[in-house]
Amino acid sequence: MTALQGGALALVAVGAPLVVLAREPTRQALCAGVFGTALAILFFIFQAADVALSQIVISAVGLPLMILLAWAKIREDEADE
Amino acid sequence: MSVLPYLVAIWVLSWGVYGIVTSHNLVHLVVCLSVAQASTYILLIGVGYRSGATAPIFAEIPSSTPVVDPVVQALALTDIVVEATVSALLLAIAVQTKKRFGTVDPDELRALRG
Amino acid sequence: MTRPVRLGLFLTGMAALAATLAVAVGDLPGFGHYPGPYGTIIARTGVAARHGTDLVTTVNFDYRVFDTLGEEFILFTAVLGVALVLRRRRGEERTSEEPPEEHHFPGSSSALGAIGLALVGPVLVLGAWVVTHGHLTPGGGFQGGVVLAAAILIVFLAGEYVAMKRVAPHAALELAEASGAAGLALVGLGGLIFAGVFFKNFISLGSPGAILSAGTIPIGNLAVGIEVAGAFLMLWTEFSDQALVVRSR
Repeated sequence: MTALQGGALALVAVGAPLVVLAREPTRQALCAGVFGTALAILFFIFQAADVALSQIVISAVGLPLMILLAWAKIREDEADE
Repeated sequence: MSVLPYLVAIWVLSWGVYGIVTSHNLVHLVVCLSVAQASTYILLIGVGYRSGATAPIFAEIPSSTPVVDPVVQALALTDIVVEATVSALLLAIAVQTKKRFGTVDPDELRALRG
Repeated sequence: MTRPVRLGLFLTGMAALAATLAVAVGDLPGFGHYPGPYGTIIARTGVAARHGTDLVTTVNFDYRVFDTLGEEFILFTAVLGVALVLRRRRGEERTSEEPPEEHHFPGSSSALGAIGLALVGPVLVLGAWVVTHGHLTPGGGFQGGVVLAAAILIVFLAGEYVAMKRVAPHAALELAEASGAAGLALVGLGGLIFAGVFFKNFISLGSPGAILSAGTIPIGNLAVGIEVAGAFLMLWTEFSDQALVVRSR
């Protein structure tokens, strides 16, 4: 267990509570994107290159976008009422 | 610490499930579900790691170099794609819930009928 | 069940689960001492047997391609589900029948538009590279497909929503997704017809390291790349249609 691996694991361990405790979806989408990138760095350090690539594209591009679009739709319904 | 990655996976899973249980917002719930799913990737990749080994790509290295396990990486890859699709479907259901019931708070949803 | 009771019940249950898991992971081989055997066997024989240098893509598209077929259909079905759930219902309408004028969000500027549109070409090339070189270097159908979808998405992010709908119309996305899903199944059927076993390789393996090598893996990558690009673009346009165009009457 090198220092780099330990540091990456610590980053992920700190990031998970931060995503959960960000209650507002707009802020949480950004936290989720950063958490996904931290995970991708962890996979890269663990020599899993394909998984890191997949994690980056899904969790930093795909997921925050869908969260923000869904939240925009839900919030606009609120504004109309 | 030879079990640290596995303990981190358990920690991330606990936080993800805690987020799901105490969520006030369906969209927040979906993101916490994706955090819980992330714990399985950490566990899989941690199991397959071999000390001093490199990535299982033999484009430029001799084929006798020790590499980490490629099978668990294939599993984790499938896992990530499934996570994205599950989250998309759940977010669509959350949007429709808001349209039909007027709220995305799970506590209020239990009280509504029909 | 009130909230505090539910929280107390959850904390008890989660503590028990975490303790059980912590004891269980003590029996796993320590981190870094992967025991094998499958990973070791594939690492030693994979390149010589399947002529693909990226072993993860080889496992995904050759050794375990049946699972990849299932996973592709999971994606297909999920997009179908999203389209069904978000279909236009009674009491909803699109804001206008003719194409709406360009939707500009606050903060968009011509600089953003210019940079965004200048990036579309390079990202398309990057996505195509990741898809076609999946069997040689890290990459493959899934990763490259999402990069291709993101290239089209840049048009939307540059503030040109209507332009994105024109570049990637709904019919083209449906065609891409369906043909990609069918493509991988056809590769399997080709194995059945030409080699007697579903998904058995029926093309010459070539030499490891060349683009046209590893048999049917590049074809599978291409099919999956097209399907994933179409699927993710459909997902994003469904959601953005909801947010920007559909209104309840």
